[in-house]
Amino acid sequence: MNVTIIEYGAGNLFSVRAAVERLGHVAAPGSTPDDLRAADRVIFPGVGQALSASEKLRATGLADVIPALRVPVLGICLGMQLMCERSEEGDTEGLGIFPTAAQRFGEGCKVPHVGWNRISGGRSPLFDGIDDGAWFYFVHSYYLPVNPLQLAGCHYQLPFCAAIGRDNFLGCQFHPEKSGDAGERLLRNFLAWDGHGRA
Amino acid sequence: MLARRIIPCLDVKEGRTVKGVNFEHLRDAGDIAELAERYSREGADELVFLDITASHDRRATARDWVTRVAEVTRVPFTVGGGITSARDVEELLRRGADKVSINSAALDDASLVNRLARSFGSQCVVVAIDARVEGDAWRVYRQGGRVATSRELFEWASEVTDRGAGEILFTSMDHDGTRRGFALEAIARLATTLPVPVIASGGAGAVEHFRDVFVDGKADAALAAGIFHFGQITIPALKAYLAREHVTVRL
Repeated sequence: MNVTIIEYGAGNLFSVRAAVERLGHVAAPGSTPDDLRAADRVIFPGVGQALSASEKLRATGLADVIPALRVPVLGICLGMQLMCERSEEGDTEGLGIFPTAAQRFGEGCKVPHVGWNRISGGRSPLFDGIDDGAWFYFVHSYYLPVNPLQLAGCHYQLPFCAAIGRDNFLGCQFHPEKSGDAGERLLRNFLAWDGHGRA
Repeated sequence: MLARRIIPCLDVKEGRTVKGVNFEHLRDAGDIAELAERYSREGADELVFLDITASHDRRATARDWVTRVAEVTRVPFTVGGGITSARDVEELLRRGADKVSINSAALDDASLVNRLARSFGSQCVVVAIDARVEGDAWRVYRQGGRVATSRELFEWASEVTDRGAGEILFTSMDHDGTRRGFALEAIARLATTLPVPVIASGGAGAVEHFRDVFVDGKADAALAAGIFHFGQITIPALKAYLAREHVTVRL
């Protein structure tokens, strides 16, 4: 199976790649439209600033390719936020895959939301074998509001969307590659999912 | 509800751990990757590695161990020690580190914090502060606590936070190594006034000290070295105790 991790200069790919390889798959970085079109699974990671990341996606042509992919795609953290219509961060236009927008956490709690938090209501093959209330590692200042495509929720200052899915596209706010056993299980579930049926 | 984090800290010299580590079933107690994997499996929420290789001994290849740690560690980890530039940070992140911790370099040039936060995001910039009480103030030290500075703890913590630090790692030099508990008052003041998480370090000697640093010290995370390495306290036992004491921990 050809697992491709999108490389677009936003954060390091190393951890995601190592996590996939611990599961016995080869993971290759992909930075061109052809790389992505040849993939069986695409992981869209990202740490950093939304606007500069979005500009890089457009400059490389990946912004047009990603929404047209038919294989399972998993956006992680900023990757997921860029798959939405907009992000408040830098007033950034996203790829429009998920009809929602990333917003900044308000005053009244420490930002970024960094550390281990529990997710609830996980529904999707992504969460097979993962307990309700399982702990995942988060580090982010922007969040997706609760929405109809939500696959799991979390709470920090307010309830927010921890995972989202539409057709073959999945996204998670937490970092499965840094989330111990639960994260490893989620990545295994993603790689085993064919992108059809219940998302 | 965010979990309070338990963070073992490992000193690294030339790619190996230096503090004696007393774990059973380790093939090589000095092997950093094996220890990292072991701690992450036992339930450590994060790991901190402090590279104490002298700067004149540090070559480009000397950070190879970071890659080996990243390959086996399933929780976030921070690397500190000898970081002086954005180039150092870029290399460490590329090798798989999640965060970097800077200390003396920030005291030399505070604008480094701004530049790192802008280039890599606040989430990966930890500023470590070593301080001790002198008279009625907490004085900040540099170079591993060897050299006094003119800075005062709370002002300095506030300044680096304004400049973009995403977390503060505070070590009380008065408490470090004593195993008699953390500097609760100073930690509570930092944790309740700063807009970013505070990692408390220095003084851990018993499970009760961790309860105190979370309940009274309001710390977001607690870091310790020796008591974990020598097995006086195991992470599963510590977390089970904290859960019984109604501290939110990841089990």
